[in-house]
Amino acid sequence: MTAALVPLVVLLPLLGAATSLILGRSRRAQMAVSTTVLTAVAAIAIVLLVSVDGGEPLAVAVGGWEAPFGIVLVVDRLAAIMLIISAIVLLVVLVYAVGQGVADRHRETPVSIFHPSYLILSAGVFNAFIAGDLFNLYVGFEIFLSASYVLLTLGGTGERIRAGVTYIIVSLVSSLFFLSAIALIYGATGTVNIAQLSVRIAELPASVQLMLHLLLLIAFGIKAAVFPLSFWLPDSYPTAPAPVTAVFAGLLTKVGVYAIIRTETVIFAENDLTVLLMIVGGLTMLIGILGALTQADIKRLLSFTLVSHIGYMIFGIGVGTQLGIAATIYYVVHHIAVQTTLFLTTGLIERFGGATSINRLAGLLKASPLLAILFFIPALNLGGIPPFSGFIGKVGLFLAGAEGADADAAGPAWLIWAVIGAGAITSLITLYALTRFWNMAFWRRREELEGYESVLLGSVQEAPEGATVTATRTTPVLMVAATTALVVLTILLTVFAGPLFDLTTRAAENLIDPDVYVSLVFPGGTG
Amino acid sequence: MTASLTLVLLMAVLFGAGISIMLERSLTRVLIGFLLVGNAVNILIYLMSGTPGLAPLLDDGVDHDAISDPLPQAFILTAIVINLGITAFMLALIYRSWWLAQLGTKGDEVDDLEDDIEDAEEAADLIRSSAADDAAIQEIIDASDEEPADLDEELELEASARDRGEEGRR
Repeated sequence: MTAALVPLVVLLPLLGAATSLILGRSRRAQMAVSTTVLTAVAAIAIVLLVSVDGGEPLAVAVGGWEAPFGIVLVVDRLAAIMLIISAIVLLVVLVYAVGQGVADRHRETPVSIFHPSYLILSAGVFNAFIAGDLFNLYVGFEIFLSASYVLLTLGGTGERIRAGVTYIIVSLVSSLFFLSAIALIYGATGTVNIAQLSVRIAELPASVQLMLHLLLLIAFGIKAAVFPLSFWLPDSYPTAPAPVTAVFAGLLTKVGVYAIIRTETVIFAENDLTVLLMIVGGLTMLIGILGALTQADIKRLLSFTLVSHIGYMIFGIGVGTQLGIAATIYYVVHHIAVQTTLFLTTGLIERFGGATSINRLAGLLKASPLLAILFFIPALNLGGIPPFSGFIGKVGLFLAGAEGADADAAGPAWLIWAVIGAGAITSLITLYALTRFWNMAFWRRREELEGYESVLLGSVQEAPEGATVTATRTTPVLMVAATTALVVLTILLTVFAGPLFDLTTRAAENLIDPDVYVSLVFPGGTG
Repeated sequence: MTASLTLVLLMAVLFGAGISIMLERSLTRVLIGFLLVGNAVNILIYLMSGTPGLAPLLDDGVDHDAISDPLPQAFILTAIVINLGITAFMLALIYRSWWLAQLGTKGDEVDDLEDDIEDAEEAADLIRSSAADDAAIQEIIDASDEEPADLDEELELEASARDRGEEGRR
């Protein structure tokens, strides 16, 4: 029965987008439609998780065309977890955007096209999570990418067009890689159904497997912003409006990570690139965080930490044991929540302090103690301070790595230990970069700002276009409420870490054995 | 599986040309490059359908082995639609960036409201001038209805009067 709900997670946002386009004249009606739709999807996702965790298989053949010929939508525990966390985050950010839009009608803030694009973006993200075949995954990617092009260039100012062009061209190239990979995979196996691919790819010669595997990884690696394919991210994300950047940072890269998890565990389960993933993961962490150190602008700083923390997930996927995948899923959930929160808080700081540069902000602690707390908690969380979820996720990943090194299962032991070391250093540098910002922006007194010199600020560089905004002391209640809700959510990830980690462990249990996924789609065998 | 050599060559040429154009600085060229590479990928997908055969319409008496593989064709159709949408967006983006390049930093400050007023004024001017034209034409027609023979004379007179006036001004 619940299987009938599966297509709704894509259909509802698309219908909502159409409705809110018709209602373009009335802002209030648009807001009502989009919040209702996202709330409904969040509720459906929870129902789906409960039933899938209860053991009910959820594979729907769209239009009655049975797999492998038709399009299948598959919800397993991993997909359901991703659906829930993304629906919640999208909903909260929408409330934040509504709060911002109501407060000021400046050219650069959301306009009437915002709600439809936002809902289409949601539909694309949800579609990517439940896609049961590679081509539908590609369509999901294209849906949310097209919407993201519009959202990133919202308002069409010079700065956004420049950033948007980089982003769009890089995304187009990665889409072409993805499409070519699909073509070659179809040529080699005669199917694009993920479950059937899992069986047929294993029968191909190892060299063909390797080529197809690498092509797919390049396509997803660009989207997930994995070093050395991450150069585009810190240049394009920071220019968008705060809620848009928050959603992009929180969700879009994680869709790439999700696709990599599927690739490694189901499609290419036999062909493993553990060593490559380990090296890439380690380098992503270190190089990303070193970039963050030199940034004066908090948005750019956060974009670099975003890149660097993708490295942890790639490391977890590389380890590939049940614990490794479980910790990766937990880390993905944690990172979606915490990175979005930090970008939302940055939006508040920008409003309140009138700037985003560490050199121009001071005295915010006195001006707004609540804002200081809202920034401090997720900052400590991202830096991996116990008892927050960032700490739990990292410990899980390191434990999985250490076990893998002992068992000699996942690549050479020295490499795993080296990446664990890199992870620990990255975590410390993240903490350093974020607390430095906190100290300067919140703790430093306003009078000290003039002619302030410190070794801490010796190495930071201003962004090429350090934009200043006029500070407004009136911060809408909705924006603060939405940010607070997300901070509470990140704390809840700690409080309910036990049950959640159990859940991700069960999700990982299904993932490390590709036959589970195959039997979900083909209960009677692939034939 | 057999493949057409012509298609393989075409694909290779499209890929090569497309990628080299994509590396140019100009946005319009990047778009053209993207279109070429996009079509190259479509041909790649088509090549993967293997031996070409009859149109994939299953009817009574059609041999299942004689038809082409319909799935890649469905993929290509989807990809073409997606490319079309993205091309439209890219064109809008290129126009916008050209517009901004013409105006420099002023481009960000041009408000829709000002544009609207300008547009409305232009439209009003147009209506006024066309109304004047209509009136003039109507006058001439009326005049010609009354005295068709004298019209040429009248016009000549008018012209000479204008010439004289201009000379006087000089």
